[in-house]
Amino acid sequence: MDFGRWSYVSVLVFVILGSIWLEVFLRSRVLRRPKRLLLAIGPVLLPFLIWDAYAISQGHWYFDESRILGVYLPANIPLDELLFFIVIPFASILTLEAVRSVKGTRSSRWLVGDESG
Amino acid sequence: MTYTAIGVMAVAIAVLLDLFAFKTRMVTRLIFWASYAIIVFFQLVTNGLFTGTQIVKYDGAAIIGGTSPADSAPAFIGDGRIAFAPVEDLLFGFSLILLSLSLWVFWGRRGVERTPTSGPPIWRKRHR
Repeated sequence: MDFGRWSYVSVLVFVILGSIWLEVFLRSRVLRRPKRLLLAIGPVLLPFLIWDAYAISQGHWYFDESRILGVYLPANIPLDELLFFIVIPFASILTLEAVRSVKGTRSSRWLVGDESG
Repeated sequence: MTYTAIGVMAVAIAVLLDLFAFKTRMVTRLIFWASYAIIVFFQLVTNGLFTGTQIVKYDGAAIIGGTSPADSAPAFIGDGRIAFAPVEDLLFGFSLILLSLSLWVFWGRRGVERTPTSGPPIWRKRHR
């Protein structure tokens, strides 16, 4: 993947393109529940950004600086990483709702306890 | 602490939160494992893109496998790697995904935007 500074972000675009169609064709209706989405993604961000900051400071992982945006958050975290921690949970939630869309809620095997009616 | 150790710890914490804090018990549900099976496949593809094209590299001191080569792709499989990425990424991904899905369901159970519910797919008629 060499799209220059957009290389990292292009992988995230691939993830979004690979999952957003579920919203339309499987009616996952995740974007129609923005508050719940924010409440699911937001609190998970912090611990993972702390983990990321620690791993970066220890050199556990490092980035090709010519292929990330070049914008950094505190603790040397690339902006690309913050986007990662938003895109991946979003795609995961889309997947869960898409599976629910296909499986329906009439069989108790597939319930999670937040079903309405 | 190594990436390996933090990864194991993160999975343990995520499972404990799912079971006892959020009480969503996702790890006991078929829907979670069906979703995870799909997600983990795409995680391997995505990780492969990040790691195989060397946008992200890893230090051998922090993982089971060796340090990412300076100028070439790491092993596709073997040397503690799967689809170019360290196996530790599976722990990282699992904890991130479990926590996100658990919280999503947690808020739904609490009544936050329980509706509109998902489905049915556009090719299927509504039953209600």
